[in-house]
Amino acid sequence: MSAVETRIITKRIRDREEDSWTIDGALASGAYEGLKKAFTIGRDAIGQEQVKASGLRGRGGGGFPTATKWSFLPEASFPRYLVINADEGEPSTFKDRMLLEADPHQLIEGIAIAAFAIECNLAFLYLRGEFALGYERLVDAIAAAHAKGFLGSNILGSGFDLEIVVHRGAGAYICGEETALLESLEGERGMPRIRPPFPANEGLYAKPTVVNNVETISSLPHIILMGGEEYGKLGVNRSTGTRVFSLSGHVKRPGNYEVELGITFRDLLYSPELGGGIREDRAVKFFIPGGASSQWLIGSDEHLDAPLDMDYVQETFGVMLGSGAVMVYDETVNPVLVAWRLAKFFSHESCGKCTPCREGTGWIEKVLFRIVNGHGRRQDLDMLFDVCESISPGVMNAPFTQTTICSLGPSVVSCIASLQQYFRDEVLAMCAGPALIPVSAS
Amino acid sequence: MSANGDALVTITIDGKEVKVASGELLIKVAQEHGTYIPRFCWHERMKPVGMCRMCLVEVEGVRGLPPACTTPVTDGMVVHTTTPQVRKVQDGVLELLLINHPLDCPVCDRGGECPLQDTTLAFGPGESRFVEEKRHWEKPIPVSDLVLLDRERCIQCARCTRFADEIAGDPLISFGERGGYTEITTFPDEPFASYFSGNTVQVCPVGALTAQPYRFKARPWDLDAAETSCLTCAVQCRGALESASNQLVRLLGVDSDPVNQGWLCDKGRYGYEAINAENRVRYPMVRKSTGADGSPGELVECSWPEALDAVADGIQRALDLNGPRSVALIGGARGTNEDAYAWARLAKGVLRTDNVDAQLGDGLPAAVALGLPHALINDLDTAAAIVLLGPDLKEELPVLYLRVKKAAVEAGVPLIEIAPRDTGLSRYASARLRPLPGEQADTARKLAAAINGTPSANADIDAAAALLVGRDGDLVVVLGRGDLAESADVTVGAAAALSIIENAKFLVALRRANVRGALELGLAPGFLPGRATLDTGRDHFVNEWGGVPEEVGLDALGIFSAAAEGRIHALILAGSDPINDCPDRALARNAIMASGFVVAIDTFLTESSKRADVFLPASIWGEKTGTITNLEGRVQRVAQKVSPDGTAMPDWRIAAELAARLGVEFDLESADEVTEEIARVAPAFVGLDMSLLRRARDGAVIPIASFPDEIHLGRAGVALQGASWDPILPSPEVVPEDTDDNSDLHSIVVSVSPAVQLHEWDGASPQLSTPARDAYALRLIVGRTLYDGGTWTMASPSLSPLVPESVLLVNPQDRDRIGVADGESVRVATGRGSIASRVRGDLATPIGTAFMAFNLPGPGAADLVDATLSVTDIRVESIR
Ligand SMILES: Cc1cc2nc3c(=O)[nH]c(=O)nc-3n(C[C@H](O)[C@H](O)[C@H](O)COP(=O)(O)O)c2cc1C
Ligand code: SF4
Ligand code: SF4
Ligand code: SF4
Ligand code: FES
Repeated sequence: MSAVETRIITKRIRDREEDSWTIDGALASGAYEGLKKAFTIGRDAIGQEQVKASGLRGRGGGGFPTATKWSFLPEASFPRYLVINADEGEPSTFKDRMLLEADPHQLIEGIAIAAFAIECNLAFLYLRGEFALGYERLVDAIAAAHAKGFLGSNILGSGFDLEIVVHRGAGAYICGEETALLESLEGERGMPRIRPPFPANEGLYAKPTVVNNVETISSLPHIILMGGEEYGKLGVNRSTGTRVFSLSGHVKRPGNYEVELGITFRDLLYSPELGGGIREDRAVKFFIPGGASSQWLIGSDEHLDAPLDMDYVQETFGVMLGSGAVMVYDETVNPVLVAWRLAKFFSHESCGKCTPCREGTGWIEKVLFRIVNGHGRRQDLDMLFDVCESISPGVMNAPFTQTTICSLGPSVVSCIASLQQYFRDEVLAMCAGPALIPVSAS
Repeated sequence: MSANGDALVTITIDGKEVKVASGELLIKVAQEHGTYIPRFCWHERMKPVGMCRMCLVEVEGVRGLPPACTTPVTDGMVVHTTTPQVRKVQDGVLELLLINHPLDCPVCDRGGECPLQDTTLAFGPGESRFVEEKRHWEKPIPVSDLVLLDRERCIQCARCTRFADEIAGDPLISFGERGGYTEITTFPDEPFASYFSGNTVQVCPVGALTAQPYRFKARPWDLDAAETSCLTCAVQCRGALESASNQLVRLLGVDSDPVNQGWLCDKGRYGYEAINAENRVRYPMVRKSTGADGSPGELVECSWPEALDAVADGIQRALDLNGPRSVALIGGARGTNEDAYAWARLAKGVLRTDNVDAQLGDGLPAAVALGLPHALINDLDTAAAIVLLGPDLKEELPVLYLRVKKAAVEAGVPLIEIAPRDTGLSRYASARLRPLPGEQADTARKLAAAINGTPSANADIDAAAALLVGRDGDLVVVLGRGDLAESADVTVGAAAALSIIENAKFLVALRRANVRGALELGLAPGFLPGRATLDTGRDHFVNEWGGVPEEVGLDALGIFSAAAEGRIHALILAGSDPINDCPDRALARNAIMASGFVVAIDTFLTESSKRADVFLPASIWGEKTGTITNLEGRVQRVAQKVSPDGTAMPDWRIAAELAARLGVEFDLESADEVTEEIARVAPAFVGLDMSLLRRARDGAVIPIASFPDEIHLGRAGVALQGASWDPILPSPEVVPEDTDDNSDLHSIVVSVSPAVQLHEWDGASPQLSTPARDAYALRLIVGRTLYDGGTWTMASPSLSPLVPESVLLVNPQDRDRIGVADGESVRVATGRGSIASRVRGDLATPIGTAFMAFNLPGPGAADLVDATLSVTDIRVESIR
């Protein structure tokens, strides 16, 4: 295992920077071969054989085994829908954007394979509204795929029909949450649904539905071509294959890197072909290992040498690889400022459906703002932590639960828990001065 | 098995094992078994949303903290509602709900009966740790003419939005913005103009929504409540009527499952304002000549004895000179059963006239209304299909509209609408048949034949009939007058056609709140109290009353015609205003002008009552007790909450006083005694005595021997306390445990002696010839709007601004043919009269027809209709 990129789903993008998104460029580099093979091996061999053997887990953040998700679809209940989650809104996550813009045919091929596997003839792609270039390229690519017979009716003579509907979001992070996404697709306000029923049973338009992330689906052509078992040999333990990590912050070479799971954070941050080290060769103060929702890790050897293994980091440190976004902060950074900015994001993006998140995120943001501005009180950190207990009871000590409907609310808890765990003294030091509490005039 | 047939499962709540119906929501069954799980967003009559998170509990074997309001019970479920973790979460949710709450309880209408206050006291933390600046918003902002919104107080429970969307079908309010700035909002330029908006105020768990008519009127602890029914329309929704300092201040919906299921319409909810209106007549008046010029003089206040003597004199003179046939009584459908009975006894038993009608030519013959097989409102939910052949229920019987909509949307019952133009229910209808006015009977006949197996060759009708294929249950027909510009015979013909369908049952949708009660109690020609006819009931009532009319008399239109010809010498207007309420205004006006002596028993000076020779002020709903009968035949009690204004008396007492002056003592001292007399002498009401009525939760449906399952003794709700956010349950007088069983009622055999056969309709179809419409005319459709020029609405300060302006609606094609633009004036003429009106194009009105709302202020439809014709064709020309 080496600290270099392992290019599978980013191969075409890196190899053909000039035309990877075009149908010609894609066809010249093996696009739709996976789909052809899928038709030959047959529907039943895809999900419960190849994808299962690959060990593929969702790349949207939850890390749920894809084959298992598909297996939840009730038998003989049609129509079924496949919905592609391309709403990528998690701060610092920018991998799906690249996959969409630079290799839309890989995604379309994956959609066709997944749809064929789950017997769905109408797939929806929910696209983050801001992705203007991605939208253009996707729409063009769908048209081109149609023209070549990779979409439409009787695809490649297989007897299988598929259409893809592209829907653009309107700028709400919550619409990346799969049930809010479905609501939004149906034309409702984007608010998560109460589960059960789960989308597999009652999803889009109350029909059985699978929601998968762009990267998850983009992996499918390769799994089919390589064979699931072969793909499953990449990676470690139950974290198989490669993932594209969006590396940002104080590294020298920020960007998207596709690496085999199992390399360490140190590899990712410091390898000359990857992060290339920290700016001005400073020390890492802390980093967020899996998107803004995750709890933090710090620049200790224990943390830096941890492998990119979803289960290991969860079980050992209570953090997640989430959406594959790693944000790195060097020693000059004030962690409270970071926490405040994250809280502000979650407070701004809370859909407002449930009390703990709607009110809790705003409260936390206000308190952090006060602390950042020098008016913290000594009791503030503990109070914040206790407020977090109202959102995620048992946040530090498993079993972790939530009082909210979806996991956006608990996401705000991560930064507070991290402050409490790693930067308590620093926060308390900031809270030493006289507190100025705003008093309402009206 | 449970009552509704679901399997029973065993669950354990806080260590207590209970058997409950499988699939019921945990929050509900827990409460039924004594464990109250706090909640804000859950409401029994709406779909759960699990938003507030106040009801989180622990369930063994289930990860996390499931909300009790979205969790159905399953066998073996073990639930904990008071663990430290649940307690901590409850504290947390309440603390969070309060951080941005303005806590302006002292000036909040909800303060003192506020679920947020109460739940905080019972389940919340004692203090807040929030020291930041609270969220601020401009407040209050109106969301409609009747409802104001304080966004700072809102806890985002979505009860109001779900009500508007799921229950009322008016999704005009919704959440805007998000996160901490989530707010209830209306759409741009579209107020929350729902006929049901007041319900949102009632279900709001905080003081975020307040009602314009009630704002700052009272503190909850000063309110005193009594359970009653609304007496604004014939649905007779159950309600809790509240007063402070002898002023009515609020009506809340009570959840009577067979009737209104907790909801009220705004007209019913806020109409109480009229009771305190300035111009209410509070003292009797007689017309006194002012000079020697022989002019009729003016109405001047007088004493009750003087007024009553004058009335007795006037009637006696008519009787002496021209006999019983020269006396007539119109009205009696707005009061109680007791009022109606007393009027019937006075007119038929004392004056011996059968010229009596509770309707004003705007209804259906009593023979039809009383004699069809009757359906219950609850039958709608289980019907094979519902045929709508009557008025626009949304405009006339609003909560019945909600029930029909619910049956269609939630129970999937197909609606077949036979109406001349679109109604509020059209959008839920599976089949919409649009016969030209005058031709419904033909459509109904074809539909009936198609349902019975003979296709009609009309694709729409056959498609409508096909909706019944494979569906069990009754065919429920909602029957009423869909068009006041056509003769009632048209509707009767259609009813006759539909009545031959097997399993057809009818809900009779007529105007005026106690019309069913009035007809059942004999206020119609040819009838005596208790669904007896003059023939079948003669012996019995001669026995009871000493006499009845010799022969069948005239209905309202007949009375008006006779009066106009000078053949009515004494006319009693018992709470009726024919000049505004009869579809043929000229006829009604002439009748009143030409009647020798007119007495009005009323509350206000109306177009009609101001022309009376004697005015007797009547006490009204809220000021008197008694019983009433709704459109399905359900008899319930109404309560007195305030003492009558001025010297007003209930109608029944006025009738009894008049009878005494005319030589017959009724010997009735209280409304209860009248009720008991009805239960004894009126065949259809037999058995409905005070002892039963006091204890029956949802009243009883007449005749009780036919509807024993409708009687639910005891099982009291909590006695009313003004708490108004959980469904308020009916609270009958408590009966001892061991008698809480109505099995003996199933075997009740009730009869009077001599035995009287209850009237049944023979289904005879009237001969009817509808002229063809000529190409230059438009056929007029006249229907009502919820808010109209009726006395009651006009006297309610909050409702009168909602009365729309009268316009003539025509199909845009016809409008263009006439050559006018929307909003321009046209002259509308018939053989009867001619008026100027504004015109507007309207797609809901089919080509060749025109619609005009009835009884809006100013000249209108009633000036165009000739009641002797079967239809009304109008000529419309531009008057630019
Ligand atoms: C607040 C929130 C935002 C989310 N945003 C995204 C997103 O932008 N893209 C995405 O693929 N998944 C997102 N998810 C995860 C989805 O709910 C869902 O788990 C995922 O789309 C499933 O696809 P996968 O199994 O292929 O990962 C989000 C979840 C939450 C709670
Ligand atoms: S946790 Fe936040 S985002 Fe999720 S449903 Fe609740 S309010 Fe909405
Ligand atoms: S206005 Fe009242 S009912 Fe509506 S969401 Fe707010 S608190 Fe709930
Ligand atoms: S529907 Fe009728 S009975 Fe019910 S509240 Fe309205 S007016 Fe009153
Ligand atoms: S009552 Fe269950 S979440 Fe609100």
